[in-house]
Amino acid sequence: MTGQILAVEILNWDWVGRNLDTVGGRLVEHIVLTLVPVALGFLFAFPLALAAIRWPRLYAPLLGFTGFLFTIPSLALFVLMIPFTGLSVTTAIVPLTLYTLLILVRNTVEGLNAVPRDVREAAEAMGYTPLRQLFRVELPLALPVIIAGLRIATVTTIGLVTITAVIGQGGLGFFFITGFTRSFPTALTVGLTLSVALAVIADLGLLGVQRVMTPWQREAA
Amino acid sequence: MITFDGVTKRFPGGMTAVDDLDLEVPEGQVVVFVGPSGCGKTTTLRMVNRMIEPTDGRISIAGDDIMAVSAPALRRGIGYVIQQIGLFPHRTIGENIATVPQLLGWDGQRTTDRVQELADVVGLPDDVLDRYPHQLSGGQRQRVGVARALAVDPPVMLMDEPFGAVDPIVRSRLQDEFLRLQDDVRKTILFVTHDIDEAIKMGDRIAIFSEGGVLEQYDTPENILAEPANDFVSDFLGSERGLKRLALIPASNVEAEAGPVVSRDDRLDSAAETARRYGTDWVVVLDTDGGVVGWIAADQLAGDGTVADLSPRPFRVLVRADDSLRAALNAMVISHTGVAVRVSDDSRYEGVLTRAALTGELK
Repeated sequence: MTGQILAVEILNWDWVGRNLDTVGGRLVEHIVLTLVPVALGFLFAFPLALAAIRWPRLYAPLLGFTGFLFTIPSLALFVLMIPFTGLSVTTAIVPLTLYTLLILVRNTVEGLNAVPRDVREAAEAMGYTPLRQLFRVELPLALPVIIAGLRIATVTTIGLVTITAVIGQGGLGFFFITGFTRSFPTALTVGLTLSVALAVIADLGLLGVQRVMTPWQREAA
Repeated sequence: MITFDGVTKRFPGGMTAVDDLDLEVPEGQVVVFVGPSGCGKTTTLRMVNRMIEPTDGRISIAGDDIMAVSAPALRRGIGYVIQQIGLFPHRTIGENIATVPQLLGWDGQRTTDRVQELADVVGLPDDVLDRYPHQLSGGQRQRVGVARALAVDPPVMLMDEPFGAVDPIVRSRLQDEFLRLQDDVRKTILFVTHDIDEAIKMGDRIAIFSEGGVLEQYDTPENILAEPANDFVSDFLGSERGLKRLALIPASNVEAEAGPVVSRDDRLDSAAETARRYGTDWVVVLDTDGGVVGWIAADQLAGDGTVADLSPRPFRVLVRADDSLRAALNAMVISHTGVAVRVSDDSRYEGVLTRAALTGELK
């Protein structure tokens, strides 16, 4: 009997049924707040990584700076943004994007640097132009390491998105605020379960993408 | 033809890798660059396809300055094989071989046909074309490297220790196959190695470099072995220079002597007389068709009867006209008779080769 009462307290299915639209909306918001920063982050990280490979002296300062960004407490960064962008989506997206840079720059550089020297030399000697060599030879070979970076960045961002609830965004994080302020465990359970599920699905999804895009590694085992 | 005209390469820091090199690689020949590490042989090779730019001088291929076209365009017309092979791990063997055709925009059918043809030429089984490089053996990967370099049938090939990464048995087989292939395709090939034996085997001509990129001698293997230009070259050729020379000379170059020959029907006393006449303590026994049966020591040729009563001991090694004099020398030192027996292609006795004849040939 006790267990049943506890179960009712943790997850009220009636509430979930009545609020499906809200839950769905917050889930979509969470996905958008994850996808946009990771995509933007990669858009910035990629040229930065290429620059760091072209001019190796840039790499250490670049890692230092993006590493510094990564250490700023997220709550503080969101609050810092408010004077400039108010309680808008931008206030959430800019810091979330900055947080992805360290991992995405580092993994892109490491991935490209790990392309074997003899492969690069052969490509050059076959007559590849530098750009074509980058996209046809080096990037495909760096893909596993780059995708590993995207997986970490995505999962990290999914967690960080919940914090943006304090500035009126938050996706599934909204349910944490509701759950706490109203002492309503069901909201907490829904938020927690869905955000964890989202992280796991995103991670496995990217792993699947990697396996599809790197057929030569599948037969290695 | 590849022409080096006053080519110099100094690296930042002042190290001179190649020093005022004038050299011509003749059309359709294999020229081997050989020398100790730091002699600039690889640097020189890599200047031909502009992987390294010379500090000074001019390189031309078939009369055209290599600086006249863009580096990628130049490289697509030059086959390139390196020791590490550098196959693309993310592409199948077929796609690897098709690299340059694709860069040149060949259509699919033409590329597929060519890949198939090249797989046959270098001796790759069809079923490997769909595999990835890591699924092949070292020897197979090396063949793929050669096929990829030959893909658009370039007149010029650069090969940097192409067989250096495989074990000696596979290396020797790949070398032999490559020489047979070269007989057909007649490419102009610049080949780099640090192994003088490989240089002698592969090269129509050999360029020997010393540290600092100085060309010490450039000639045919035969001439270099016969007359090393200086102490550096003769040191580099090593203590077995005479043997290496013998390996390049066919046994047909030396006149075979008739030798003390008897047939089985000969009486023992006349066989003994034959040995005495030639001053040997053995005789060669032939059958009625002129085939070699073996040899018999002269001290056994006593008493009545014929040679057929005795059992001749076989020669373990027989030499044919296209074997090398090194093989002949080997036959001499393992036989009690101290000579090499030369036979025709249909195994008939032609005569014996003596050490005196060998020494005469090396004079």
